[in-house]
Amino acid sequence: MDLALDVASWVLMSVGGLFVLIGGIGVLRMPDLFTRMHAASVTDSMGPPLILAGIMLQSGFSLATVKLLAILVFLMLTSPTASNALASAALLAGEKTLAEKHDGDEAGEAEGR
Amino acid sequence: MFMTEIFSAFLLTLLVITAVAAVKTRNLFVSVMLTGIYSLLIAINFFLLDAADVALTEAAVGAGVATVFFLSALALTAEEERSPSAYRAVGIGIFIAVTLVLGYATLGMPSYGDPEAPVHVHVAPWYLEKTPEFIDIPNIVTAVLGSYRGYDTLGEVLVVFTAGIGVLFLLGAHPRRKSEPQGGIASGENGLRHYLIPRVLGRLFIPFVLLFGLYVQFHGEYSPGGGFQAGAIIAASVILYALLEGEDRALQVIPPGVLKGLMAGGALLYGAVGIAGMLLGGNFLDYSVLTSDPVKGQQMGLLLIEAGVGITVTGVLLTIFHAFAARERF
Repeated sequence: MDLALDVASWVLMSVGGLFVLIGGIGVLRMPDLFTRMHAASVTDSMGPPLILAGIMLQSGFSLATVKLLAILVFLMLTSPTASNALASAALLAGEKTLAEKHDGDEAGEAEGR
Repeated sequence: MFMTEIFSAFLLTLLVITAVAAVKTRNLFVSVMLTGIYSLLIAINFFLLDAADVALTEAAVGAGVATVFFLSALALTAEEERSPSAYRAVGIGIFIAVTLVLGYATLGMPSYGDPEAPVHVHVAPWYLEKTPEFIDIPNIVTAVLGSYRGYDTLGEVLVVFTAGIGVLFLLGAHPRRKSEPQGGIASGENGLRHYLIPRVLGRLFIPFVLLFGLYVQFHGEYSPGGGFQAGAIIAASVILYALLEGEDRALQVIPPGVLKGLMAGGALLYGAVGIAGMLLGGNFLDYSVLTSDPVKGQQMGLLLIEAGVGITVTGVLLTIFHAFAARERF
């Protein structure tokens, strides 16, 4: 039973770490701000739940698990909000999406901007 | 543990990279963000060294509140650094000299984890052994900070207080007239009120952040935490409110007069506990005489002085924030 728990938690943490890695590579490789944010959102949305779930399996039914759950809820609410704020700040600052850059003025007009 | 050392080395490498990047970049906004990352990294490092209290302080103050202060200051100046000054060679010379001196000094330090290091054989064993008997609280850091080294902590609180007064003198308490346009970070009546999503989330979180601040404040005897960290967290929640709802709203919630009262009141409470000990026949900052039972007296003294620390830190941080946010753009 303990072995199964250990294996499950290590698998969860490794997969979570993999998602963080993919997100990191994406942030470095993607061409512009919005696609980079898209890559970073993989880190936000898949990394913490899997890693924290792995740690929760290690900590068992204890106060630590409750705290981890609270951290998870906090992260799941704040990181999308931060992404949203970042994206809207970029839009306000006049950052164009990749499609707009390629299509020139047509795409801009289609969105009424 | 070998893995921990590898992780420490990795973190310290990141720390050096972050520091160099923060100095190298010409964009001040990037520099501020890198400074925040630097604080977070060093907080993790402190935690790896089992200094949880210091780590919590560094994360709350360095990565949290200080970053907000830098951003508020940045809202008043240009985003790009000016071209390097003529004294650059002098700066590099001083840098090399200090690096050599510090590098030489590390040779005299005990090796990492050495049980015979002076810090482990001086007063620390006595603290560890006697704290359960004299004060009877689990977090010995709080006992050292509040009771054994009470003078030092009083000095720290006064330093924080002085910093608040200094900022008030330099930037002024009420520099803004209502009619003029504002350019600060939480400018005007609005703040981010037009922007729904952060507002909803912020309003949801502010009560919990406040609650967590109070937990850190009053649980400091049992777990990492205490007045400094709690003050930073509580101030951060009010700053978040100011950013979301506009600075004027935040000043309605906690008026400037109350902030000044908090600044002075906390330090005054700390000093008053010390004087009370003297009046009851003990030494300055000797809490044992506060109640008939010396151990209970120590616990009560710690609770009161930690409250004083928290009140002053909250007041000073909020005052500094408002002083920056109320400034107009030059």
